[in-house]
Amino acid sequence: MSDQTLPRIPAAASRYLSRIPGVAFILLAMVVAFQVGNPRFLSTVNLANVGLQASLLMMLALPMTLVILTSGLDLSVGALIGLAAVIIGSLLLAGWSTFTALAAAAGSGIVVGLLNGFMISYLRLPAFVVTLGTMGLCEGLALALTNGEPIGGFTPAVEAFYRSAVFGVPTPVLGAAAFYGILSLVLYRTRFGIYIVAIGGNKDAVHLAGIRADLVHLAVYVVCSVSVAFSAVLLLGRANSAHPTVAIGMEFEAIAAVVLGGTSFEKGQGGLFGTVLGVLAITVLRNGLNLLSVDPSLQVVCVGLLLIAALLIDRNRKRVVTRIAE
Amino acid sequence: MTITQTSLFHTQPTVPVPVLVRLVMIVVICLALSVISPAFATIDNGLNLLRQASLLFLVASGLTLVIIGGGLDLSIGANLTLCACLSASAIKYTGQPMAGVAAALACGTLIGLTNGLLINRLKIPPFLATFGMLWVAQGIAYWFMAGQVIYGFSPAFRFFGSGFWLGVPVPIWVMLAVGAGCLVFLTRTTVGREVYVMGANEAAASLSGIPIARRRMLLYALSGVAAGLSALIYVARLNAAEPGIGEPLLLPAIAAVLVGGTSLFGGSGSIVGTLLGAIILTLIVAALNLLNVGSAWHPFVTGAIVLLAMLGDAFAARGTRR
Repeated sequence: MSDQTLPRIPAAASRYLSRIPGVAFILLAMVVAFQVGNPRFLSTVNLANVGLQASLLMMLALPMTLVILTSGLDLSVGALIGLAAVIIGSLLLAGWSTFTALAAAAGSGIVVGLLNGFMISYLRLPAFVVTLGTMGLCEGLALALTNGEPIGGFTPAVEAFYRSAVFGVPTPVLGAAAFYGILSLVLYRTRFGIYIVAIGGNKDAVHLAGIRADLVHLAVYVVCSVSVAFSAVLLLGRANSAHPTVAIGMEFEAIAAVVLGGTSFEKGQGGLFGTVLGVLAITVLRNGLNLLSVDPSLQVVCVGLLLIAALLIDRNRKRVVTRIAE
Repeated sequence: MTITQTSLFHTQPTVPVPVLVRLVMIVVICLALSVISPAFATIDNGLNLLRQASLLFLVASGLTLVIIGGGLDLSIGANLTLCACLSASAIKYTGQPMAGVAAALACGTLIGLTNGLLINRLKIPPFLATFGMLWVAQGIAYWFMAGQVIYGFSPAFRFFGSGFWLGVPVPIWVMLAVGAGCLVFLTRTTVGREVYVMGANEAAASLSGIPIARRRMLLYALSGVAAGLSALIYVARLNAAEPGIGEPLLLPAIAAVLVGGTSLFGGSGSIVGTLLGAIILTLIVAALNLLNVGSAWHPFVTGAIVLLAMLGDAFAARGTRR
């Protein structure tokens, strides 16, 4: 009911205001608070650090936005990035070329994406349980490949890539920014992007309009899994080792970032820019809590509380805006 | 599945064909395992397997109720972890087993109620609310334990997990009691029948006067209580509590519910199915151990079972639609 009254708001400014996700205000408040708490927060070194930490999460959260726009969910990303890291790491250790290792990781992403997409799109099974199942598959494979031990000691090239910088900006940050640009073009400037949003709205209607909705829906999961598999490089570079289960839990931060950014599980609402804000909010929160030396396990709890706070703001603001409109 | 759907309002259960199918599966696996290993077909081993199944069933029982009601609870494993850690430290602190029981049940209920509240008030999908709760509870448990393991409990408390009554392990008695309770709730009470209606069609259920929000709170609270109860049994059996114990149980619990024939789309399923599903899953793990398959493969196998069970669910649903 509020949707119908929204366009009647006279002031363009308040309409614009209502589009900013609640997380933007929280992000601003956190930056101010952490800077006051620790003056080193806004230093160049720390900002580069925040950027590096955000780039990996960005690589997971951006494709997750596409998935959530189709009213879906991918819980397998955390386990898949672990599996891809293990695959890349063990191939590099065995003396294969970087290209082969990346191709094998991409292959694992394609297989997982096809499996997820087929069961969710064609068989119309609930995404959260399908991807929970594939999460088990990936986790088990990664554990079995490594016997549960972390592997390390491969070429320093991976870590060098992660630590490198172009004009003072870390390469992973540039990579994540380029990825944002590409996905924005795909989502907002191509038919494929329009179909993605439309599938979230009403898949049957897209199908009846003569579009191969099932195929587009499947492609979204493949895109997500493949880009997640490639981001394993960042994970490898960060720790310079591959641990089969280290990334499990990252799917929570990725989903939290998307939801924080205002993307809704219903009706294909939301967008990529909100996700960028969500990723920044989570990374800033974690970084700030680190500087205040808060226990890492409590940081996860704080991410959960942040999510609830943002949802509460978004929900109540809608109510306030509706009241103004009336 | 067909049967529960068509006989929604019958209090008299009809011949449960899905139950028969699962019983046959159990018999076939047992026969195969007895051929592989002569030590398999003994009463001791049978009781041991049932005791393992009882823990899985307890976790899955609350989940079954939630899924029949059209929801999902991904937080059960982490909830179990937190309950286990809190109750273990309550016992150590006070020296009273009952303090641990109270702590576990209170913590489980509280987390369940919070799940229900998040879904009702924030209007977010159940999988999102409970998935967030998973990580929050897990985080609190890790922080609370600070890398410690609490172990060594009094025999009075350990009785819940490793004791015997009339020659049968106590967890099996608990499993039977909880199973019977759920069965009566789902098939013989008005509220239980309302859960099926709610899961089948929430809008219709709401229009026919079922208080959806309150029923939802009840279901998630029951799921939390089940997690608290399983935590007690688990701690009493392991004689230790640490923050890694609960989370690996989530996938097997979902697998047990799905193998038991409860549909993820809500509105159909049974607690007896989940009981059989838990037994089947325990037998599969026993088979993996007999065949010397490393424990690293367990998540892979459980994931595959979840996917296969969903495929079966999808094709069964397709069959009834035609």
